[in-house]
Amino acid sequence: MSDILKALIEIVGERGVSNTPEELWFYSRDPGVLTPHLPDYVVAPRTTEEVRKIVLLANREKIPVVPMGNGMSLTGLVIPLKGGIVLDMKRMNKILEVNAMARYAVVEGGTSQGVLKAYLQEHYPQLRHSIPDAPPTTTIAANAALHGQGRLTQQYGFNSEMVTGLEVVLPTGEVCLIGSPSLGPYWFSRGPTMPDLSALFLGWLGTTGIITKIGLRLYPNKKIRDVELFVTDRVDLIPDILYKLTHLEILEDVNVWFQPKPLMFQGNFHITLYFTGDTEEEIAFKRRMVWDALQEYMDSKDGGFMSVQYMKEMLMEMPQRGIADFADVPKGGGFEYSGPITIIEHFPQYAAKVVELAAKYDVLYASSARLISGGHCMMFSISFAFNRNDPAMMTRVKHALDEATAFALEMGGIPWKPNFMEQKMIMEKMDKNALKLLQMIKNNLDPQGIMNPGNWEVNS
Amino acid sequence: MTYAHTIEHAEIVHRCFRCGYCKFPSDYVDFNCPSYKAFGWDTYSPGGRMWLIRAWLNDEIKSSPHFAEILYSCVACDNCKNQCVFPKFRDFLPDIFQETKAELVNDGRIPPEVRDYFKAIAISGNPYKLPQSERGKWAEGTGLQPYTNQEYLFYAGCVGSYDEVGQKMARSVGKLLSDAGISAGILGSEEACDGSEVKVLGEMGLFTKLAQENIGQFKAKGIKKIITLDPHALNVFKKDYPKLGGEFRVFHYTEILAGLIKDKKIALTNYPVKVTYHDPCYLGRHNQIYGPPREILKAIPGVELVEMHRNALNAFCCGGGGGNFFTDILGTGEDSAGRVRVREARDTRARIVAVACPSCAKMLSDAVKTEGLEDTLEVLGIAEIIERARAK
Amino acid sequence: MYALQWKEKVCATCPSADCLLKCQYISFARHDEAHGEMMKVVRGEDSRVLHECATCYACEEYCKRGNHPFYLISERREERGMFTAPRPITNQWKNMTQMQGKYMVGQVKDKALSCCFIPDLGILGTGEIFKDVASAVAFGAEFMCPAVHTHFARMSVIKERLPIVIENFVKLGVKEVICLHDECYGTFTAIASAYGIDVPFKPVYYMDFLLSRMKEMKDRIKPLGIKAAYQRPCSNRLIPDKHPLVKEILDLIGVELPNREYQGENCLCCGEILRSVSGYKLADDVQERNLNDMVQTGAEYCVFNCPACQSSLSEKVAKKGLKPVHIIDLCKMALGEKERGVR
Ligand SMILES: Cc1cc2nc3c(=O)[nH]c(=O)nc-3n(C[C@H](O)[C@H](O)[C@H](O)COP(=O)(O)OP(=O)(O)OC[C@H]3O[C@@H](n4cnc5c(N)ncnc54)[C@H](O)[C@@H]3O)c2cc1C
Ligand code: SF4
Ligand code: SF4
Ligand code: SF4
Ligand code: SF4
Repeated sequence: MSDILKALIEIVGERGVSNTPEELWFYSRDPGVLTPHLPDYVVAPRTTEEVRKIVLLANREKIPVVPMGNGMSLTGLVIPLKGGIVLDMKRMNKILEVNAMARYAVVEGGTSQGVLKAYLQEHYPQLRHSIPDAPPTTTIAANAALHGQGRLTQQYGFNSEMVTGLEVVLPTGEVCLIGSPSLGPYWFSRGPTMPDLSALFLGWLGTTGIITKIGLRLYPNKKIRDVELFVTDRVDLIPDILYKLTHLEILEDVNVWFQPKPLMFQGNFHITLYFTGDTEEEIAFKRRMVWDALQEYMDSKDGGFMSVQYMKEMLMEMPQRGIADFADVPKGGGFEYSGPITIIEHFPQYAAKVVELAAKYDVLYASSARLISGGHCMMFSISFAFNRNDPAMMTRVKHALDEATAFALEMGGIPWKPNFMEQKMIMEKMDKNALKLLQMIKNNLDPQGIMNPGNWEVNS
Repeated sequence: MTYAHTIEHAEIVHRCFRCGYCKFPSDYVDFNCPSYKAFGWDTYSPGGRMWLIRAWLNDEIKSSPHFAEILYSCVACDNCKNQCVFPKFRDFLPDIFQETKAELVNDGRIPPEVRDYFKAIAISGNPYKLPQSERGKWAEGTGLQPYTNQEYLFYAGCVGSYDEVGQKMARSVGKLLSDAGISAGILGSEEACDGSEVKVLGEMGLFTKLAQENIGQFKAKGIKKIITLDPHALNVFKKDYPKLGGEFRVFHYTEILAGLIKDKKIALTNYPVKVTYHDPCYLGRHNQIYGPPREILKAIPGVELVEMHRNALNAFCCGGGGGNFFTDILGTGEDSAGRVRVREARDTRARIVAVACPSCAKMLSDAVKTEGLEDTLEVLGIAEIIERARAK
Repeated sequence: MYALQWKEKVCATCPSADCLLKCQYISFARHDEAHGEMMKVVRGEDSRVLHECATCYACEEYCKRGNHPFYLISERREERGMFTAPRPITNQWKNMTQMQGKYMVGQVKDKALSCCFIPDLGILGTGEIFKDVASAVAFGAEFMCPAVHTHFARMSVIKERLPIVIENFVKLGVKEVICLHDECYGTFTAIASAYGIDVPFKPVYYMDFLLSRMKEMKDRIKPLGIKAAYQRPCSNRLIPDKHPLVKEILDLIGVELPNREYQGENCLCCGEILRSVSGYKLADDVQERNLNDMVQTGAEYCVFNCPACQSSLSEKVAKKGLKPVHIIDLCKMALGEKERGVR
């Protein structure tokens, strides 16, 4: 047995480490299209102290550490590009605290979205968090680490903006509290009025440290939720429609989607609008506001509300299970999406690009955009499904996605959860002094370059 | 795509997205796949298994003791089949796991515990390696007679016949049936293993032999209706025997007892106690029988039935399925299914965990001891609870 | 291509112009005004009717002189490239109901039980009442009457698809098609005849079937002893002679049908189509009036004939304290096959 393995067992026990071919094979890949790479060990810590010791060991031995939630970011962010340790965080899954009055929760670094949702539903039915539509096994910390978006993002911003404090194990092994918890027992502010250090870890994709605890804003959970579905066949109208809708300031979540299959969706753009209320009157009032805001499009026959009866149950689910279904359209277990963050004005150009790429690469598409912060920007997903048993199709999807990212950068957008190649493209394009700043931060925080190496490689 | 190994549903294996919905119950409150809960590696989750099976079919990973452990730690609880988000293939998940185990059996690459189990069944006819002549002993004093041509056969199964906890359960059911005047007989020393666990562990040859012999015997004796003690037997009689020509009308004992209570054939007095009910996977998820055990408990004056958070379709397995009752591959660690389940039962503040399967009875009784809950929680079969409430 | 068989002279000499005078959505001061507008439509000129008609089907019933004012209005709208509902909604309906080979056919011999393209109908067409025909189900776009496209003024879709639907039934070798949806029966009888389309099998209206089956099982009926308000669907306007069946069936199973304002010729649309065609204001107003009218009768149930009405109104009816139920389910309740109060 190698010394490293022995040391790891000492830290996390026999059941916390594996280097058998089965675990190494599985943890070498994610469900997306990027090439796998084997780790040397898979380790599943249970405490911050264990994480700290693992990082110290990794520093000593100069081996990479790749924190992983459920690996569902799809863009290879948890593939150990340079081997080393994959750190499966999911055994750190406790909910540590809910402060109902201050509306925040504190959870461990591997706690899943699903478990928090169920916990709040049972113990704090008046509160909710901004759950993404990702599978419920995905983790809260990872979602913040990649600037995810959830059901409340249109109202309150990126899920990473909802972070109210962090406990992080730095790449050099120090355990560090960020925000109000660094001064006292409360987890209500990530930084303000101090310098906001949380930014050193959010969006960094696990390359600057490992989040072991995270505070998260909770929001009122109104008694009733409802949904309307507006459709139009004129893509040029979408930005205006979204502008009018966001002006209302009453919508929980807004998604714009289009897909060629099934046939009933062909040719139309669908805007799913969620709103909430504590009484039927509040709901009826909000519905009227939404309808009135879009009346002109109905009068011109360019758009209208479709009946949601048959889809309502599916649309109301959180997370929406049906979204994963896209993976099985080509009977093949996979899809991957590029999700640039962009301004709403560009919706028509992006929409045209999706269709163009799908035709060019002969792949199936679906697209859904989620509004962020009352329409300041949106996440525009360009998704292509593939059959995992068809390597040629997977390659075509990869090329289509690469081209989508190049397009997004050309349009002045920002690739979301970029894979390592896309990160390079971003760094090449970015303001040179900003890149320098990035280098200073990364090199100082992670002098050995052991944290999720291959990602945000500022020096190459 | 051609594979190095083959299983019947090979063409579906690559369709798993490894999204992990299958790890959860429908409200996501906790992990509901017992083997994932116990081991904590994604490889032990349903999706992990799917991906590994594909790698193994492709010869990217080889048969190994660890691969076998991953497969044999699945307790065949069917949670994944119900929770997977892909309706077009989710029904086949348990089949895929079983077919892979069958291939491992063919290759002779199975864990020693599994091999021992097959050996015991093949040689002694039961996993306890006890003499066949003792198989009917449990029934002494119940009033049940050997099967001649009564309306029903009461089938006790290996656990009901030989295990101490199982025998207690079998006796209480047998006594109620005979006291209520149900025309039922037993096979006693002529009864043979139903083969349910043999099948789920992948020994298809041995299973077919057992099933065919049982079918032959049932037919020769003119048996048309069967009451089973064990939901595993119920399941295999209902779903697999017909494919081999054995068509019988099969009931679980709780269905029969619920009818008797409804028809007031069993007199009950007050028995004030708080009870929670644990759904056996093979009765609940596998056969959608959720009502009768609950109807019985609710019919007992004084009994307050409280549900565990995870119940019915979302119930968490006791850990005894998939042959694990005998092979114990899940182990008895803190997150092993039985221990997790009794902690959940404890949280309801019930005094009794009602069970309807001899394997659950044994698994949960053991877990109560390991968790040190003997003073607060008692594990009892539905019929044993009725017995306590019977008007003398 | 088939064409609407229209008798211009009959309109020209019409003393009543009931078609438009009785219209619930467009108001006319006098006979000559209504008649004048109708004649504009007849002549192919622009008319406020083409802009204001809410597509409720009612004038098909109001005209007692054998003409088809609503089909004509729809034809004229399409000729002018007009849309009733927004264009994307119109196209969505067209796409959604397109034949894609995803139909279901049971063991059909000389009879088929048509479930249109509505899954709920498959569940309704079961039990003792349908025991001899339940296995002969035909379901899917291939067997769906295309009448819904009249709402969207796309008569071309009907003219194109109806002959194919009829052919699909013919291919099954059926002599009779029992229609579980009014719209199907109305299409195979009223619309087909208005367009001169031959229907080489006998369409059977499900309420006729229901009534005769219930009479056969008369001694098994336990009268329900309840009061129910009836929601008459738009497509029943195509076959007004069948309207009295409702009362006959309900009488047989002991259900009282209290009088209310919006019944018979004066019944109100369920509102779903109004919502897409005219927006929420009209739809909400119609639904509110309709439901309040039901409530004031003191009825315990709201009985539906059309599953589309039922799905659009169920929740709202329930909020008003009435139990929504399909007439077939009421019959099943009377036979003891179904528990009271469930859908
Ligand atoms: C069907 C589907 C729907 C989706 N919908 C959404 C959606 O609505 N909104 C959305 O935001 N995303 C969505 N996603 C994308 C993705 O699943 C989510 O962003 C999810 O939060 C990723 O979580 P994970 O645990 O799987 O992360 P992983 O993929 O495991 O990790 C993501 C990144 O975080 C890092 N990381 C993980 N844990 C830590 C830690 N403790 N400390 C530091 N770094 C860490 C990893 O190294 C990696 O770089 C969707 C994906 C799918 C497949
Ligand atoms: S089995 Fe189904 S739910 Fe589970 S990971 Fe695979 S696709 Fe997802
Ligand atoms: S059957 Fe149960 S134990 Fe086996 S993989 Fe599925 S959920 Fe896990
Ligand atoms: S459609 Fe009928 S009612 Fe109307 S004007 Fe013509 S004949 Fe008269
Ligand atoms: S269909 Fe209805 S709204 Fe239109 S004209 Fe006829 S009666 Fe009036």
